[in-house]
Amino acid sequence: MKIHWTKFFLFLGYMFLYIPLLCIVVYSFNDSRYLSTWTGFSLRWYKALISNQIILQATWTSLKVASISATVSVILGTMAAIVFTRFGFFKGKSLFIGAVTSPLVMPEVVMGLSLLMLFVGLEKFFGWPNGLGSTTVIIAHITLTLSYVTMVVQSRLQNVDKSIEEAALDLGASPLKVFFVITLPMIAPSIILGWLLAFALSLDDVVIASFVAGPGSTTLPMVIFSSLRFGISPEVNALATILMTTLSIGVIIMAIIIYKKNLQNGAKNETIHYSIGK
Amino acid sequence: MYRIEEIIIVWFSDLLKKIRGRDLIIAIPYVWVFLFFICPCLILIKISFSDAILASPPYTSILDWLSGTTLQLRLNLGNYLTLFTDEMYIKGFVTSIFIAGTSTLCCLLIGFPMAYAIARSSEKFRTILLMLVVLPFWTSFLIRVYSWIVLLSPAGIINNILLNFNLIRAPLSLMNNSYAACIGIIYAYLPFMILPLYSAIEKIDNSLTEAAYDLGCTPLKAFFAIIVPLSMPGIYAGSALVFVPAIGEFVIPELLGGSQTLTIGRLVWNEFFGNMSWPTAAALSIVLLLFIVFPMVIAQKRKDESSFAMEA
Repeated sequence: MKIHWTKFFLFLGYMFLYIPLLCIVVYSFNDSRYLSTWTGFSLRWYKALISNQIILQATWTSLKVASISATVSVILGTMAAIVFTRFGFFKGKSLFIGAVTSPLVMPEVVMGLSLLMLFVGLEKFFGWPNGLGSTTVIIAHITLTLSYVTMVVQSRLQNVDKSIEEAALDLGASPLKVFFVITLPMIAPSIILGWLLAFALSLDDVVIASFVAGPGSTTLPMVIFSSLRFGISPEVNALATILMTTLSIGVIIMAIIIYKKNLQNGAKNETIHYSIGK
Repeated sequence: MYRIEEIIIVWFSDLLKKIRGRDLIIAIPYVWVFLFFICPCLILIKISFSDAILASPPYTSILDWLSGTTLQLRLNLGNYLTLFTDEMYIKGFVTSIFIAGTSTLCCLLIGFPMAYAIARSSEKFRTILLMLVVLPFWTSFLIRVYSWIVLLSPAGIINNILLNFNLIRAPLSLMNNSYAACIGIIYAYLPFMILPLYSAIEKIDNSLTEAAYDLGCTPLKAFFAIIVPLSMPGIYAGSALVFVPAIGEFVIPELLGGSQTLTIGRLVWNEFFGNMSWPTAAALSIVLLLFIVFPMVIAQKRKDESSFAMEA
């Protein structure tokens, strides 16, 4: 009897998680502008979306910002994760750990505000960054996503057997070679996952971008956010459906790839730990 | 007698020789977080003590050179004083804590049965069930909030259904109140509650509950005597993971809460973009950070205590 109750709760929970999203998908195909009437299946909102120059421009900006910041973030984050797990004590290590991990809990408003104040101050004293734009958004997103990437890569590095690296070092390989030949292949799944997480976070951020974006660098979430203030819009339904489908398919494919790879390595539970992300 | 450039070049090449690869790996991310995380925080603290003026940038410097040799430090505590005397800000603190607390509690009530059910399901399905919990998190955050506008707004789906079945005559105002903001936060942060709860419950040995049944415990009593105490680390971790982002949340109260639900996050935004008052916005941010540090310290302490108790 008890098992039935827990299953019932689980079913309700999944209904709660998925029904709101399903509603958007269904109504994105509604011909009517209003939710009150279903006037028939149509793709007109998708067509309207494709011809919307503002949204296309913002999508391009967002993809550019997200891919650049995810790439830089993965490089810096891997370095930080190595410092966390492989390097012993050095002066200022605790400050470093604190500064890398704090953005995880920092409210976005505070982060956006403080970064904007920094950029204004820098511009006043050094004449750089010469107005807000994509560069400032990229810098802000790297700082935001760095902590997530570091956490993901670090949790993998902790599970990798150190003795393999040590053996290679004993046999005379240089530390750099050990990293590229031994460590990197072992932590590759977590690096890919960190990149995806950073990409998704950057593609999702509206608050920090609103603070540090300039006139020419409006990102897609900023466009969606400003149209949401006016309530329900069928075009946003269509856009949301496209975004959800692409992201879910991407994540599912990635999960399957990592799951299979881990099965080969005999560590199957790690997929879940990675996908926890935030 | 060397020229200054030569001295610098010699010094710099010496430095380069001394730098090992190891130092470089520390230095690159360190410089980044110092420049773009530590410095902004220091600037935030600095501006929170300055006066607002009509200029660009709109605040005064807190350090002034007086007559060449005296450095004067002027700290304006007025910004902080206003926050704790003006009714609007106090109300904002109360609203934020209310919304974050309610949502955390509701997440726990919804998340615990779900996490328990997943942890007790057969191993084959667990990965898929967990994937299903995490998947909405990967879809855009804004869209998840938007889905509740679609459901709750006066022209939204719930009101349409109720009107069609003649259960109500006029649309209910389900949106633009603090409860709608709570629903949005619960919806957005539920995965953060379920995952730590799951990993805590999964570790509990099934034989413990079986032993309790054998000794005559009712299922309900066994649940509260065994499962709940043993999943305490997960409860604290999950609550912190929901409470901390909820208290600084801006987007959800802005879109679902209406103009009355002024949380701290929205106040910071309004002070900055609306009133152009940088010092007040900075002081509010610092207070918001204190609101976050406090529950985190508690959660960490409790987590340490309970894991210590488990080992003992």
